[in-house]
Amino acid sequence: MVIPETVPYAPLRGPLVREIGQDGVLVLTIDVPGEKVNTLGKAMMAEFDALLAELEAPGSVRAMVVRSGKPDNFIAGADIKDFVAIRSAMEGEALSRAGQALLDRLEAVPVPVVAAIHGSCMGGGLEMALACRYRVASDDPKTVLGLPEVMLGIIPGAGGTQRLPRLVGLRAGLDMILTGRTVKAPRALKSGLVDDVVPAPALLNAARSAALGLADGSLKKERGGIPASEWLLRPVIFRKARQSVMEKTGGHYPAPLRALDAVQRGTALPLPEGLKIEARHFGELSVSDVSRALVSVFFATQDIKKDAGYPQGTQAREVRKLGVLGAGLMGAGIATAAADAGVPVRIKDGSHEALGRGLRHAREVYDERRKRKSLTGRDVAKRMDRLSPTLDYSGFRRTDLVIEAVFEDLDVKRKVLAETEAATEDSCVFASNTSSLPIGEIGRDARRPSRLLGMHFFSPVEKMPLLEVVVTPLTDAWATATAVAFGRRLGKHVIVVRDGPGFYTTRTLSPYVNEAMRLLEEGAGVEAVDRAMADFGFPVGPVVLLDEVGIDVGAKIAHVLHRGFGDRMRPPASMASVLEDGRLGRKNKKGFYTYDGGKKRVDDSVYAALGSATRRPFEPREIQDRLVFAFLNEAVLCLQEGILRSPRDGDVGAIFGLGFPAFLGGPFRYVDRLGARFAAEVLEGLRARHGDRFKPARLLVEMARDGKSFHA
Amino acid sequence: MTASTSAAGGRVAIAAGCRTPFAKAGTVYRDLTAVDLATACVRELVERAEVDAAWVDTVVMGQVIPSVKAPNLAREVVLRVGLPPAVPAHTVNRACASANEAIAEVASEIRAGHAQVGIAGGAESLSDVPILHSRTMARALVESSRARGMGGRVRAFARVRPRDLVPDTPAIAEPSTGLTMGQSAEKMAKENGITREEQDAIAYASHRDAAAATDDGRLPAEMCAVLVPPRYDDAVTGDNLLRRDTSIEALAALPPVFDRRFGTVTAGNSSPLTDGAAAVLLMSEERARDLGYAPLAFIREWAVAAVDPGGQLLMGPALAIPKALERAGLTLADMDLIEMHEAFAAQVASNIQALESAAWAKEKLGRPAPVGKVDRSRLNVCGGSIALGHPFGATGARLTTTLANELKRRNGRYGLLSVCAQGGMGFAMVLER
Repeated sequence: MVIPETVPYAPLRGPLVREIGQDGVLVLTIDVPGEKVNTLGKAMMAEFDALLAELEAPGSVRAMVVRSGKPDNFIAGADIKDFVAIRSAMEGEALSRAGQALLDRLEAVPVPVVAAIHGSCMGGGLEMALACRYRVASDDPKTVLGLPEVMLGIIPGAGGTQRLPRLVGLRAGLDMILTGRTVKAPRALKSGLVDDVVPAPALLNAARSAALGLADGSLKKERGGIPASEWLLRPVIFRKARQSVMEKTGGHYPAPLRALDAVQRGTALPLPEGLKIEARHFGELSVSDVSRALVSVFFATQDIKKDAGYPQGTQAREVRKLGVLGAGLMGAGIATAAADAGVPVRIKDGSHEALGRGLRHAREVYDERRKRKSLTGRDVAKRMDRLSPTLDYSGFRRTDLVIEAVFEDLDVKRKVLAETEAATEDSCVFASNTSSLPIGEIGRDARRPSRLLGMHFFSPVEKMPLLEVVVTPLTDAWATATAVAFGRRLGKHVIVVRDGPGFYTTRTLSPYVNEAMRLLEEGAGVEAVDRAMADFGFPVGPVVLLDEVGIDVGAKIAHVLHRGFGDRMRPPASMASVLEDGRLGRKNKKGFYTYDGGKKRVDDSVYAALGSATRRPFEPREIQDRLVFAFLNEAVLCLQEGILRSPRDGDVGAIFGLGFPAFLGGPFRYVDRLGARFAAEVLEGLRARHGDRFKPARLLVEMARDGKSFHA
Repeated sequence: MTASTSAAGGRVAIAAGCRTPFAKAGTVYRDLTAVDLATACVRELVERAEVDAAWVDTVVMGQVIPSVKAPNLAREVVLRVGLPPAVPAHTVNRACASANEAIAEVASEIRAGHAQVGIAGGAESLSDVPILHSRTMARALVESSRARGMGGRVRAFARVRPRDLVPDTPAIAEPSTGLTMGQSAEKMAKENGITREEQDAIAYASHRDAAAATDDGRLPAEMCAVLVPPRYDDAVTGDNLLRRDTSIEALAALPPVFDRRFGTVTAGNSSPLTDGAAAVLLMSEERARDLGYAPLAFIREWAVAAVDPGGQLLMGPALAIPKALERAGLTLADMDLIEMHEAFAAQVASNIQALESAAWAKEKLGRPAPVGKVDRSRLNVCGGSIALGHPFGATGARLTTTLANELKRRNGRYGLLSVCAQGGMGFAMVLER
């Protein structure tokens, strides 16, 4: 099809550019000036309002195509700034109603409107597309559609919960709305979310001819809708959806449940009624603590990209080749994530068996994604080709970064550091993936201490979203910048912390795990401790965690921290006795839980090593207070001592590295919510009952006295 | 990297070499392709030589039986190893001298100043040879794929008879004469009077010397390990064709394969069907020096020659060797080491016989005196293709690497290598230090 000549239809100002062709198709290009992505802000809403008024009046426009002027983005969603400004549930509801009204009008304009979607089409962007009569998407992998609102503790507020299920059915709609999961174009076509998928360069022409076809009636759209079978199965579908939400959120996140309610009640009513339900839920959620917390976490992760822990303007060096020492779980995981990001990796271990296991780990991770269709067979092969195993240091000369993930032992790490320094150029950055050993101690004899730092990844590396970069006073800023940039390239949130035993994450977790062990010594049941912490909002309890990490590893870490911090961090004696009982956790299928292939249960025989087989009940609240406040206090100490650069980093690190409940916004947000005075009082109470290890941090006491909070 | 023309005419350095372990076809590499093997080999060559991928100007690889799916193996290797996509690559076929041809082409480019750094080698997987449909079946499949509707698709197969379903596996035979390589070797043995004893002695020496060079680490140092996907729990770290336990008696007990009544060529004194890959890193002398490489050896000269396949098929080396020596301005007596590809012991013996023969010199070369005496103590000192195996496309790079390494180790001055090839061709190259 030939593109008709176009003439400007309106002055080219503001986020909306209109061009009308001789064929009568108005092409509306959304292009928010000065921004990388389009968001639906108040300014755009106003302009849209004017445009709709014109379309509603009879005129020369036969049809309209909506597209984006950004290279790889349709509309990223509503402007989050407008959303944060909401002061009350009523205000939130009104904002939602206003958005709904605008899209109702878009849906009702007398000419057909076609959305031409290329790039990410999220939240409010998708809601706008849903209000169009027809949707054409590009087949580009960058084209993704989704309603991620639940991730910010809210629900789609501009008709998404109503129009999506009415278009694609209940199951497909709920899947997107309740999880925030995105879909790519082919899947969107299959579910009926889009009506056509075409190559990106053909997108505008395809949308234009669809618009003309709809206008002259030659293109008839098959209406989607909720299939009859789903009407019959409604109760089952909603029951299952609720079950799945409860399993995933533990009931800590209200948004998916509200979304479920909006879909369930809304789809049984006419659209205008459904929209009212949606707006009410949106309003209430928009000012909820959970949403505020999740939004603060979102902002923290954005903010951290601008203030990354080295002087502004420091140039990171590109990692063209990565060296990894050790092909165990961590080494293989790092290599897997790096190869996934397109980085060639030379990976060294002591035997072909170990290397083979490492490669198999990568292959299994990629194959799993191939099964889920997020990778093709070719993608898997490409990634595997980036992994180059070796028994010696050959091939390390050209590495720009070497990450060691060898046995957690100071002498071993010093040895591989020396070997790596000999095998690499002076510009090579050496990173230790130790989880507890101070980087400065590892680098005691380093020839190039300015290129030495810690890169603490979390297991499983492919999935865990945090990287803790640990810098010493000698670390060059460019080396830090290089490690940070590399972590981001791997898709991680990166916090930069100062060196010290256990840095931030491991150090904060240690008193928490110690306290759990102490409770077991005092007679608490393993399950009681784990259940209390899962109920608090941690993804797994501390005892399960110890089993997963390895009890030997836990004991080693506890030892390092005890040495570093003295009595306060003394590990309970039971840690050693459990270890002496031959229990390492999952790795040797003998820990606090059973690993006999059946359902995981507490291995009751462990209690003998914990003093006595008889257990007594503990109040969940007591368990939670002791563990959580030990954790919070240690986090504050890290800030007080300058290990942490900011409360923001502490929140991000705890949430993405340790599974601290995101709905609380992180340890510092949580203390802010409780109030420093309250937190200090709880700690003093615990100190009186359990000893000086609960002595509140000086910083916390000062803040309590001055009535201050960590976050503004 | 832009090649500077100032280097034109300079010497070509062999900076490094690497190969996969060679394995009997259908064994440890049965699920791999030649591209897989070549990728593993070239990647390790690049890694061990600490090559910055940006240096590489060209890649040429040999393969004799290419895959229909990836006919330009060299280009796949460039992309899979992670060399810059801008590095051009092509795949050559000079039968069993294909890797030699690849090395000669890269050397020519370097000599001409068109390239400064190149990778050359080859690979073969006889576990992954294309199995062909009969012509009738192939035609039916093509017609069916073009037919409209189910009826047409089925009708396309109307002419297919049961015998057309038998797949056509390519034999290793000379297209112009129909004789297999083994039959050709048998013919040479008979016509040149090469005894069974002499052939078995050559085979025995091949295994004995290969075993020694394996045990003392010389050959393993040239190899990379191959971790076999998808489980990566099989690590191939050594050649699996070598028979340490063989003896003259054991070899003598084997029946002749190609002529059961009067023949002398056995499975024991022939090279076996093999999977493997090998490659060398070549640089202009100037570039090698600038980058700080200590070359193993330099390429002095080479030559290719050919005989009528209707005569004695594998006599090419006896023509190529004097030609290469002449170009190098050297004599056979100057050679400290000789690597002669052992397709068959009969072929090795026949070529040596020709080199030492006054009649051959007079008739074929128009020279008054023989090319020279071949000192057996300098011949194939790390064993040969009979013991190590012969992946067609790769063998030339194995010979080049071993010859260069051994020259360096012994502090020799000149080395000669030769390879006989299908079609009556022979390749010879002179290395120097």
